[in-house]
Formats: sequence, structure tokens, C-alpha cells
Amino acid sequence: MRLPRCGGATFTRAAGACHLAAMVRFENVGMRYGTGPEVLRDITLRLEAGSFHFLTGPSGAGKTSLLRLISLAERPSRGLVSLFGEDLSRVTRAALAPLRRRIGIVFQDFRLIPHLSAFDNVALPLRVAGVAEAKLRDNVREMLEWVGLADKLDAKPPTLSGGQQQRVAIARAVVAHPKLLVADEPTGNVDDAMAQRLMRLFEELNKLGTTLIIATHNAALARQFGRPVLHLENGELGAAAAARAAS
Amino acid sequence: MTGAGLAIPFGRDGGSRFLPALTMLMVFLAGLALAAVMDLEHALATWDRSLTGALTVELPAATGAGDKSLDAALAVLHAAPGIKSATPIDRATTAKLVEPWLGTSLSPADLELPRLIDVHLDSGARPDLAGLRAQLARAAPGAVLDDHQLWLDSLARFARSAELTALAVLVLIGGVAVLSVSFATRTGLAVHHDVIELLHLMGARDGYVARQFERPALRLALIGGAAGLALAAAALLALQHATGAAAFLGDTVTLLPALHLRGWNWAVLAALPFAAGIVAMATARLTVLATLRRLP
Repeated sequence: MRLPRCGGATFTRAAGACHLAAMVRFENVGMRYGTGPEVLRDITLRLEAGSFHFLTGPSGAGKTSLLRLISLAERPSRGLVSLFGEDLSRVTRAALAPLRRRIGIVFQDFRLIPHLSAFDNVALPLRVAGVAEAKLRDNVREMLEWVGLADKLDAKPPTLSGGQQQRVAIARAVVAHPKLLVADEPTGNVDDAMAQRLMRLFEELNKLGTTLIIATHNAALARQFGRPVLHLENGELGAAAAARAAS
Repeated sequence: MTGAGLAIPFGRDGGSRFLPALTMLMVFLAGLALAAVMDLEHALATWDRSLTGALTVELPAATGAGDKSLDAALAVLHAAPGIKSATPIDRATTAKLVEPWLGTSLSPADLELPRLIDVHLDSGARPDLAGLRAQLARAAPGAVLDDHQLWLDSLARFARSAELTALAVLVLIGGVAVLSVSFATRTGLAVHHDVIELLHLMGARDGYVARQFERPALRLALIGGAAGLALAAAALLALQHATGAAAFLGDTVTLLPALHLRGWNWAVLAALPFAAGIVAMATARLTVLATLRRLP
């Protein structure tokens, strides 16, 4: 029997209805690089499916490290991390690859491959997932049209402006229709007008059911869009950081 | 659009650009070493075939007209089982044999040359050499029976040593090939670390990333290997021509036999670039997989 479609939410047979389940769950998570000090301490958070959060905090607060944990680029040194309902401590290394395909990432430095065209950069996640060339063409063109770069299919990244490169990076992050989109300072390298345009793209995506978490140092931008904000300070999140400061 | 172009431009970075030149050199050296092994193997078999069916009886120089030791030795040889023929070598021919060492200024009449009997055995015959020696010693005191075994043994030992050296060179070349590709791949992994992490985070399986390296490694090794094979073939043909020309000029006293590679030898040599390609591809794959296992 096919389960009903629930958009970005999860259908549970017991409840017989769609409901918002935790897409990302952290409990008392700590993280360190190698034998260095902890860069994240006692992080507890819950991102519901279909939610849209901003992650703010000063430089060095640990925003990128937290996003790397969420995007499965790192493993926690302690605590529980659960993604798509899977406790990551029980997931084998080989089983992480299919989970990663459900996550789209927008990097602060774009990470476009300079010798590949805009088309091929955007097509990369589909090729990695083994989608046939004939099937991916229309999808990739549609994505580049959506970000306003239909006329730049063959352009190599070095020939594009910063804003155009960022839009190619966003198209690449969403082309495989990820359930979760992680963006690290996506508006950090573009002017205000472009930042507003990119944010509207993210809102469109969220309306389509994608869960979003966007790291930004631009508190005004976060306030303008009126979405929940997670604030990191010295590797600690929100209330924990405030409690430590008060004691 | 580049179609399904490789995301990682391995082969165009500084660490891997030298791979074709290195493979060319290694296939060239491996080609020469392999040709040496195959030719020595052939030469050994030829020496064995040409000498195992022959014996030489050497008698001291005649003491006078009444010396009947040659006739007595021939009688013993003709009576022995397994002997096909026993032919005395005349004095002029014997003198010709020592001419390269003594020159032509001396007349054979001035020399006390031993008398030789050229003996050929029936095909597959294994005569009792110890018994034959004893009979010859009784019939012709001072007769020496030479079955060439001592000479053949030392020649075989020399050829086997040369063969082993050539095989060791082949193994060494293989080892250097593995190390070079492994080094180039590691350099490639370091140079393209960002792209590799990107693919990894997109959910690429390790095999997908490994293919980004093994395909260029195969292509580069095949290109270099083909050039190396062409050079080795040219060198071997030149050597074959040179040894053939020496024989044509009547230079019969040579340290080693003429190089002669047969059809299947060339077929084995032609497989070298493919072997180099497979070694490069497998090395690149294993190196990448070992490195990727360190990623979460």
C-alpha cells in the first residue's frame, strides 16, 4: 500500500496523518577537530521537517562546524545526532552516502568546479546519484532557469560574477530535490539586492517542503524574514550560552 | 557542456602530468628486460638441443706411424650401443679450430695437435658414459671423452643468472610503477581535496570518486606505454639487425647468440602497455579507496 504524500512532513501509520517530525535532532552534542578543544559544546536542537531556521553568531562561534555536522561532513565527538529519523551512531559509513544525497549544501565559497560548465556543475549531484544523462538535462536546465541563468549553461565559473556563481551553487544544491538544505553564509559575497533575491529563492524552496537552515552573520536579514533564529556563541547554542554567561 | 566529464581533472595537475613519460620509460626498460628473458630462454633450449646429442673424444698427438690408438678408439665407439656416428676430425680442420688463438704463422706440421673424434648419438640415446670412458682408456691410453656437460652447465648457469637479473629488473620496474602511480594519485588527492570532499558530501560512493582517478590513470599509462613499446621495439629491431649483421660478416666468435625474437615474443611485448595500464588503474583505485576511508 502506498503511503499518502505529505510534502516535507512525515506520515505515520499509527496516527494515520501527516505530522511534522524532527528532520534534525541533536542532544548534548560536542565536537572537536582531532585532539583540539571542543568547538561545539552541549548542542541540543530540533529542526522539524519543513521548517526554516537562521543560524547566527559571530565569526568563530562554530556556525560552520554545526553546519558540517548537519551535512554529515563531520562526526560528533559526543552526544546524539539524528537525521531523517536515523541515529547516526548506528549508521554505517556506506549507508551515509544515500543520506547525504538527501541533503543540499550551499557553501560560503561556492565550491564550483572551475573546469566544468555551469550546466555540468549543476548536473553533478544527479550524476553522482546515477541519473541517466537523458533524464537530467531538462532538470538541470529548469534549475538554471529558476535561478535566472538560462543563458549561462555553458559558462565556466571563472567567467561568472560572484552573484551568478552563488546562484549556480544554489541550483546545484537543490537540483536533486533535497529534503534538507544547509547554506553557509549564502549572501556573504553578494550585494543587498542579490541577497534579497537569493533569500526569496530559499523561501520558494521552503514552500515546496524543503527544510532549510541558513547560517548568516547578517542579523538584520534574519530579522527581516521573520524566521526562527538559532544563535551560537563560543560553540554553545542560545539558552546554554546565556546561562553560562550569567553564572 | 562536457557531458559526463570527469569532475576531477586528474592527469592535468603537476603531480600526475609526468605519468606518461614515466610509464614510457618503464615500459621501454621492461620491454628490453622481457626480451632478454625470452631470448635467453630460447638460447638455453637451443644450446641444450645442439649439444646433448654430441660427444668429442680427444686423443693425445700421434706418437708415430705405428700408433693405432685412433683406430682402437673408433672400434670401441662403433661397437658401443647408442652411437650413431664417430668421425675423426682431420688435422687441417683441427688446426683451423685453434687458428683464432695461435694465428696463421704456425704450420700445423709444427704443432703437436691432439686428434679429435666427433661422435653423434642416436636420437634419445643415453649411453653409459662411465663405461665408455673406461673402455676408451683401456683401448687408447690418454683418451678423454668430453660430453660438453661442464661447458653446458656453466653456460646454463650464466644464462639463468642473466635471466634472473632480467626478471628482478622487471619486478623492480613493476614496483617503481606502483610507487609512481601511488605518489601521483596521492598528490592528486591532495590537489583536488576540495572537489573530492564536495563529491563525498553530495553522496558519491567511494567507487565513484575512485573512477575519477582510475580512468585518467589508465589513459595516461596506455599513452606512455604505447610510446615506450615503440621505443623498445625500435631498440630491439636495431639490436636484432646488429647481431644479424655481425653473423653475416663471418664474425663467428661471439659472446652471446644473435637476438632472435619470435612472433609470440612480440605479442608478449605488445601486451606491456596494457599491463602498465592495468597496474596504473588498480594502483590509483586502491590508493584513492584507502585515502577515502579516512573521511567520515
